[in-house]
This record gives sequence, C-alpha cells and structure tokens, in this order.
Amino acid sequence: MLLKDICQILDAKVITGEGSEAVESIDIHMACGCDLMSDVLAFVKDQAMLLTGLMNQQVIRTAEMMDIIAVCFVRGKLPADEVVELAKERGITLIATKHPLYSACGMLYDKGLRGREHD
Amino acid sequence: MIKHYEISGTDFAAAGEASSDFKTMLKKIGVPPDVIRKVSIAMYEAEINTVIHGQGGFCDAEIGPDSIVITFTDHGPGIEDIERAMCAGYSTASDEIRDLGFGAGMGLPNIKKYTDDMKIESELGKGTTVVLTIKLF
Repeated sequence: MLLKDICQILDAKVITGEGSEAVESIDIHMACGCDLMSDVLAFVKDQAMLLTGLMNQQVIRTAEMMDIIAVCFVRGKLPADEVVELAKERGITLIATKHPLYSACGMLYDKGLRGREHD
Repeated sequence: MIKHYEISGTDFAAAGEASSDFKTMLKKIGVPPDVIRKVSIAMYEAEINTVIHGQGGFCDAEIGPDSIVITFTDHGPGIEDIERAMCAGYSTASDEIRDLGFGAGMGLPNIKKYTDDMKIESELGKGTTVVLTIKLF
C-alpha cells in the first residue's frame, strides 16, 4: 500500500518532507501497531510501517534497526523537533494521525494492509 | 577491526547511538543484509539493557574473519537470576522505563533469538558482561 493512500485513509499528514512525491510513493508491505519497542524488535519484517503512541528518540532508533521505512504517530500527538530531525537524518518518513492506535490499525487492515502472522 | 563505544547510563535519548554507528559501518563494508539485521537488533537490545539496567558501561564490537563478536560490560547492580531474566515477559524494569517503550521482558530473549551465541556473566553488586556472537556466513 502506498504511503499516500495510507495518509488518505488515516487523514494523516507527513511531518518529514511533506509534499514530496518520492515520500508519498513509498510502498508499505506490512504494518505493526505497538508501544513496546522490544515487541517491534521481535516481530516486524521488511518494508514495514510502525504505528505508535510513543514519542521518543528510541522509536526512531528502533525503526532504524529494523529497516522500518515509515512511522505513524497516533492520537494527534506530534513528536519533538529532535525526534523529527533524527528521523530525517536516518531517512525515516514520519506521519501523524488523530486516530487512536487501535482504530488506525483497523482502518488500514480493513483496506488490506496486514501485519505479521504469528509463528 | 574493533570499534569501542562508551555508553552513558543517564542519557536515554542517546541510547542506540553505538548500534546505529556500527550498523552504518557494516553496511559500508558490505556485510550481508541478513547478518546486519541480526547484529542490529541484538546489539541495540543489549545497548538499551546497558543503559536502563547496567547504569551505563562500554561496548567493544569486533569484526573477525568468520563472525562478529560484541561485548557489553557494565558496572551496574548485576542480574540476580539469569535463568529467569531469559524468560520472555520477565522484567525488573521500572514504570519509568516501561513508559519509554522498554522493559517488556523481551530484551534478552530477543538477543538470544538473533545471535548464534550469547554468554552472560553477572555478579551482584559488581556488574554484567554480555558477549554476543553472530556468524558472518
């Protein structure tokens, strides 16, 4: 699913490099909704987007370690400037939606974006 | 080739910088992506543990001909029951650490999952040393 379609479904805005065609054409293969970074480190696979309510630098570090290409912050919260800067530095696209985590995940799942199945 | 990193026990925002730097270097020298992924996850979890449980310390990451060996050393309180600490879901982390997204009791199990060998030596009141080995081939 293209990131521009995800933004439309979630009524989300891009907070790193808004309006860039390259950013909006990012292809997301799977998603993970989680506030526990160790769970993300255990379960996520490639070309993934992380949806989270956690707002600190470790979200970006976790994304970097997992090659997660986009992070969606939920519940209308916006990350601090240093978090945005770290994401830009590491080439990770950030978007933000007002929907809560459960709803945001459900909306994307309903449109066909799946998570990782259990082992 | 050995890289040495000092790890602060008080600057949570900086946690992960060593893992990030080492990952960047592995990419530059052409280490296979699946190996980089295993090293990154295991090293980052161990680095976080060094910050949140070990009160800081240092890390030496060595790239050998057949494997990558990463050693984390801290002078924190030590691990009381290593066997129990290895169980998924068991954690002694504070609520403050949990609020930061860690302390779910998945750190050591994750490290074990993504390494070919993991050794832990710990003494109460003295500190902990964790040695991670990931084969290159």
